[in-house]
Amino acid sequence: MNLMLQQFPVVFQALNVGFLQTLKLFLVTGLGAIPLGLVIAFGSMSRFKPLSALTRLVIWVVRGTPLMIQLLIIYYFPGIELHNNWWGGGESGRFLASSIAFIFNYACYFSEIYRGGIQSIPKGQQEAGLVLGMTRGQIFYKVTLLQVIKRIVPPMSNEIITLVKDTALARIIALQEIIWAGQSFMRGSHGISGAIWPLFFTAVYYLLFNGVVTLALGQLEKRLDYFR
Amino acid sequence: MAILDVKDIRKRFGSTEVLKGISFSLERGQVLSLIGSSGSGKTTLLRCLNFLETPDTGSVAVNGEVIFDAAEHAALKEAEIRRRRLHFGLVFQSFNLFPQYTALENVTLAGRLLMKEEPDYRTRKKELTAQLEERARALLVRMGLADRMENYPHQLSGGQQQRVAIARAMALQPDILCFDEPTSALDPELTHEVLRVLRSLAEEHTTMIIVTHEMAFARDVSSRVIFMDDGQVVEDGPPEQVLGAPVQERTRRFLESYRQ
Repeated sequence: MNLMLQQFPVVFQALNVGFLQTLKLFLVTGLGAIPLGLVIAFGSMSRFKPLSALTRLVIWVVRGTPLMIQLLIIYYFPGIELHNNWWGGGESGRFLASSIAFIFNYACYFSEIYRGGIQSIPKGQQEAGLVLGMTRGQIFYKVTLLQVIKRIVPPMSNEIITLVKDTALARIIALQEIIWAGQSFMRGSHGISGAIWPLFFTAVYYLLFNGVVTLALGQLEKRLDYFR
Repeated sequence: MAILDVKDIRKRFGSTEVLKGISFSLERGQVLSLIGSSGSGKTTLLRCLNFLETPDTGSVAVNGEVIFDAAEHAALKEAEIRRRRLHFGLVFQSFNLFPQYTALENVTLAGRLLMKEEPDYRTRKKELTAQLEERARALLVRMGLADRMENYPHQLSGGQQQRVAIARAMALQPDILCFDEPTSALDPELTHEVLRVLRSLAEEHTTMIIVTHEMAFARDVSSRVIFMDDGQVVEDGPPEQVLGAPVQERTRRFLESYRQ
């Protein structure tokens, strides 16, 4: 116990650095996957059959295989098989590869939530817009979109909370996120070795951060409570 | 000249022909009730007039201007279709109000969006918006909703929602106002308040086409009744004739089912 207290300041600082990388990956994935998911959703709902079939095939593959394997393939394939590491070396290369893998993977999950949300809006809403002379774009942005957002907040909250924890998977390509930082004290780092408690302690970061995320999404849900 | 001229409208869904050549015309200020059993094609006809369905053959003219011709329709640009469909307003059976907007916003939304297409929109934005709101408020007052303008649809009764929907359909000043079973989703008490509004519109000589199952109302308010069966116009005439002394056997049988 005493030893832990002694180690704490050093560990705390290292974990904060790791958590910053976790947070960055989370934000970049969110910012990329939320709009990309919409594009994929439109693709999967397209009336042009080859496009929707292709999109659904991609969604099936991405959702049907482990994100961890996708990370490994995206990071190592160019360098090992094509002898050309597009990602560049070091931490920035690992971050770039992780971001691409996460954005694409999550966009596929989001797209299915969007599709469900869009398809759940009664057809009468669109027809009412049409007979009032609105364009399809106006109907989407002015009528449908907010209703879709309201319906998808709960399932999106689930995915976003999962994303916070899934960022840990980037550890597999040695991205220096918080799990990597916690683990480093086992083999030895900052003059501390053989300590496993820092790894366990990383759970506190995830828990607190997910608390914040839950509160924020709860607020959003409340703000959309004014209509039904 | 007739305000509306419908010629030989046919519509098929897959292998079923729902409309088998509908033709009729309507004079300005007339109130036409479309009656007939479910599946007779009344609603499909109304949807064709509002461009929610595209007829396979036939034409529709409003004030002498052909707004739909099956032969050339596919070549039309979306903007042109949008302009043409504004000759008609449509009130749905299930209201279809936009839930995230207040009653007033429901009535003004389409006008606000159309306003942006005006060439002098930027300079006259304030003035145009004020006019639009004023008109919308006046319409809602006419619908008896003076104290409900800021309410959201879910805070209104079915009858109130339908009256907002009527105001919304009237806001763009269509030549012909269509109603697709406007009271079928309402209980009798609320039905009454919506019918009262329709009656007052009829008294002001609003040109209307009403698909309805309310026979007493049709007899009372319409100037004209069309009985449809199996995708065809069976009988067309003043309510006293079609509902009071029908010539066709099929009309008689249909009306008898209401008396039982």
